[in-house]
Amino acid sequence: MILDGKSPTGPTEETWDKYRNDMKPVNPTNKRKFKVLVVGTGLAGASAAASLAELGYNVDAFCYQDSPRRAHSIAAQGGINAAKNYPNDADSVWRLFYDTVKGGDFRSREADVWRLAQVSNSIIDQCVAQGIPFARDYAGYLENRSFGGAQVSRTFYARGQTGQQLLLGAYSALSRQIKAGGVRIFPRTEMQDLILADGVAKGITVRNLLTGEISSHVGDAVLLCTGGYVNVYDLSTNAMGSNVSAIWKAYRKGAYLANPCYTQIHPTCIPQSGDYQSKLTLMSESLRNDGRCWVPKKRGDNRPANQIPEEDRDYYLERKYPTFGNLAPRDIASRSAKEQCDDGRGVGPGGRGVYLDCRDAIKRLGEDVMRERYGNLFEMYEQITGEDGYKVPMRIYPAPHYSMGGLWVDYNLMSNIPGLFVLGEANFSVHGANRLGASALMQGLADGYFIIPYTLANYLSGVAPGGLSVDGPEVKASIEDVKLNIQKLLSINGKRTAAEFRRDLHHVMWEDAGMTRSKESLTDAIRKVPSIRKEFWENVNVPGTGTGINQELEKAGRAADFLEFAELLARDALHRDESCGGHFRVEHQTEDGEAIRDDENFTYSAAWEFKGEGKEPELHKEPLKFEKVHLAVRSYK
Amino acid sequence: MTLKLVVWRQEGPNDSGRFETYLAKGITGHHSFLEMLDVVNQELIHGGKEPIVFDHDCREGICGTCSMVINGVPHGGQDRTTTCQLHMRNFKDGDTIYLEPWRSKAFPIRKDLMVDRSALDRIIQAGGYISVHAGSPVDANAILIAKKDADYSMDAAECIGCGACVAACPNGSAMLFTSAKVSHFAALPQGQVEAKERVGKMLEAMKDCGFGNCTNHYECQAACPKGIDVKFIAKLNREYLKSVFC
Repeated sequence: MILDGKSPTGPTEETWDKYRNDMKPVNPTNKRKFKVLVVGTGLAGASAAASLAELGYNVDAFCYQDSPRRAHSIAAQGGINAAKNYPNDADSVWRLFYDTVKGGDFRSREADVWRLAQVSNSIIDQCVAQGIPFARDYAGYLENRSFGGAQVSRTFYARGQTGQQLLLGAYSALSRQIKAGGVRIFPRTEMQDLILADGVAKGITVRNLLTGEISSHVGDAVLLCTGGYVNVYDLSTNAMGSNVSAIWKAYRKGAYLANPCYTQIHPTCIPQSGDYQSKLTLMSESLRNDGRCWVPKKRGDNRPANQIPEEDRDYYLERKYPTFGNLAPRDIASRSAKEQCDDGRGVGPGGRGVYLDCRDAIKRLGEDVMRERYGNLFEMYEQITGEDGYKVPMRIYPAPHYSMGGLWVDYNLMSNIPGLFVLGEANFSVHGANRLGASALMQGLADGYFIIPYTLANYLSGVAPGGLSVDGPEVKASIEDVKLNIQKLLSINGKRTAAEFRRDLHHVMWEDAGMTRSKESLTDAIRKVPSIRKEFWENVNVPGTGTGINQELEKAGRAADFLEFAELLARDALHRDESCGGHFRVEHQTEDGEAIRDDENFTYSAAWEFKGEGKEPELHKEPLKFEKVHLAVRSYK
Repeated sequence: MTLKLVVWRQEGPNDSGRFETYLAKGITGHHSFLEMLDVVNQELIHGGKEPIVFDHDCREGICGTCSMVINGVPHGGQDRTTTCQLHMRNFKDGDTIYLEPWRSKAFPIRKDLMVDRSALDRIIQAGGYISVHAGSPVDANAILIAKKDADYSMDAAECIGCGACVAACPNGSAMLFTSAKVSHFAALPQGQVEAKERVGKMLEAMKDCGFGNCTNHYECQAACPKGIDVKFIAKLNREYLKSVFC
């Protein structure tokens, strides 16, 4: 089946304005008759819930955290892009659009990316009006800095806590609406199922994580804003609770899942130090401005780093990429580090690390200057590893960081299920196969503040409010299903914990479907994942009961969904017989390790349809057209 | 390392709790405090017991979810460090560690080390925002903000809402939390119009939630993992007096 993304036709620059003029609004007095269910309260969810309540809709918002202020958007550090051109360096909406399409390795829709670039400026205006303390210069104007993948300085930031400040902005807008009665908030509540009536999304079934109560909520539209799925790798930079469950349940109800193989691996993380480890911590990529990456030339050279003389060191990035050197882009730097380690020259526990050495910069600039530039990062590194990066080289290793795939949506942010909208990282829309820095925060807020208020209205204008009774047969069936699933998990009484199964899955996903993939490794993953899943359902140990707080039950439920999703990720990666962005197939590379795309055969988004338990999913393609930005090789030479 | 943990276990809000003792074995200096608890929990599950319930999420010191009193001090007492960023190299083999939930009337215990901090949300809902509609505000550079004001505002905005300040205060006061939010907005031109109303409403909500008042112990500042300064409490008091008398 050929999918239609419903991008408006005509000149790209006019698409969003034209769409807004053509859309059907909802009469203000009718808005209050509609109920919208928003799942997830990060940047996308909180901004959407607040905006919709402001417009007059009734909103029910759900999150698994104890407060919407704790969503994982809070952890983003670097900044948010906008095409303001305040620094007068020739930035424009067109240039941001161009950089984003190219950065995504030509695997996103032009019209969607255009809209993101266009509304980016309004996001900054909105956030400043909300009181977000962005960095300012001495004259009182907003400061900018530059980020990877762009030649201009367009990144707005609030110290190293931009995500936190933007989320607190959206959270305060949400809090205002909670007080005003427009939003009912359900914290510590996790979505367990999507409810359809005649093929239309009309409700969700949730578990109250404090009481264990299973209940349903019905509404006129469902918005999934539940973030990314890279915790399929277990060890990632994501929060412990980040999960795939909400979008996976929607997939099982018929929503297409697009491009799951596109995951971003970030090169500058603190390496794993043992099997007990719960996550990988990201350090800012800016360190590579002054740090040099190297490994010992000889395998098994376990002298302390400072005793390895210059001639025995391999500055592999400088050797392989003389022009970009240590500032090679994320995907290249990540792959190169893993290559060195796979070759037996990695450093630190298990040989999973490379040195990031600031010795020369400290010699050149002095420790004080370095402290001023990166002090907080050195502190963080010391806190976690107990090593002083000023005295011995730091160690880094790549880690899964961000999902570029997600539920398939059209230009309205609506999935193929009518009434089911997907916002932010949970959808697949604007990033293509790769994401440039400072663009994730932009997407979350663009979707929530500036896109969904229009496109949802367009949908609701054709809907009669109150379509489903909370006692209807669809609702009862959903509640039964959820209860049965929980009962099943609790009754297995096996020998191994959910965390142990997650660790098994991590090993398969990282080795076979991680930074580099091949036909063989992916075929292997598709074989291994079902056997872990099978053992899980026979041998998992979930202590306690379904009533009340049971964190192991929460973990087991999420693990069960990851164990299914992992196979789809591998399947998508296997079918995409090309290299692009965050998807690198070893069969498709140049002699010096550059990715080779296959535009002739793969210029499409891959959307997968669930066909039933144990059956192969069906692939649907949405062809991509590039009219404004011409298909070209991404080169970093 | 092997450590002795004395942990507060409590079934639910209405149950009486008790301390129980566990051994944490095979711990290295690289374990974070929560990873040490993960190890203990895995062992409890394998031994057929219920794991210790505690709140956590990002595990990188920013979401503010983790909350426990370690040896009598919220977040364990290492300067500017959340529990999730506290590492076991700060402890010695054979140490005994006491673990308790946040202690405050306004934070009812849910289970074990997990408490209910929704009172902090209610303080924000009472007025911890600028009432701007999403849509088309003026250009971001139309209103200039002096760098020192933006920096001051950011110093206050760093609060992660973990509640350690409340747990550390002998009065169970949420003054540091509330003052951080009030000061964040009070320093910006955008926050001025509602300033009077905001401070009054937030203080009212604080009282209604059952938090105590500030009597200058400064325990909050000592416990704050983000280094929020008590100068903001002075600022809060000034803002309040201004709202009453000016």
